[in-house]
Amino acid sequence: MRIEGENEMENTNEMRLVFESRPVNEGLARIAVAAFCTQLNPTLEEVADLKTAVSEAVTNCIIHGYEGEIREIEVKCRLRGKELFVDVTDNGKGISDIKKAMEPLYTTKPEKERSGMGFTFMEAFMDEVSVESCVGAGTIVHMKKVIGR
Amino acid sequence: MDEMLMVNGSCLTIFLPGEVDHPVSDAIRRESDRIMERIYIKKIVFDFEKTQFMDSSGIGLIMGRYKALGMRNNVLRAVHVNGRMEKILHLSGVHKYMEISGESENHENRGGE
Repeated sequence: MRIEGENEMENTNEMRLVFESRPVNEGLARIAVAAFCTQLNPTLEEVADLKTAVSEAVTNCIIHGYEGEIREIEVKCRLRGKELFVDVTDNGKGISDIKKAMEPLYTTKPEKERSGMGFTFMEAFMDEVSVESCVGAGTIVHMKKVIGR
Repeated sequence: MDEMLMVNGSCLTIFLPGEVDHPVSDAIRRESDRIMERIYIKKIVFDFEKTQFMDSSGIGLIMGRYKALGMRNNVLRAVHVNGRMEKILHLSGVHKYMEISGESENHENRGGE
């Protein structure tokens, strides 16, 4: 028996990774997401794109969301067919002006030699990036990439 | 960390590791600041030979070194740059103020000129 929509349904998978907001965990997060997406048989370039985007999002949580405080970050990955969705969540201070934060070269921490290119890199290497944020409550970065198109 | 930085006259060469992310960039920045406080550095060469991964933290490191050298022309070089790293350097715009050469070119004795 064949159920309608079966093909779209068969290739789904999900994982959640929760870790402390320590810089050393940026490597853990990008490698975990890269490993998760291998089931889609990505090219080396697609893996590199994903790793860069995840690294940017997690670095933002550590430096801007929590400002060095040790709290939790969640990285959630979901597959649907060839689409990979990655959500990176912190419960930190939030972003008051998301549009401004996403502008190339804009940074609130120039003294730390931040380049202000984090969101630019996420947008360059993923197909879709959107940000939900609430000042005082936290930020979620939603990213999507089609693998092996 | 010491083996990643080499001084030759007034030229500092930074041998970047395989992955240049936020903690690695912070460590290299501290170390190069320490050197630049002691020695007059006019040029910095970033050697990407081992580097397969770099995010915007590495771009912040390069921009910061450029500022530390007074934002002058012809003070930054990137050598052994692979295709991926070239893409990152172009996307961020830092290619405009650094001389970039690829993986196969010969860089012997270029550092201290």
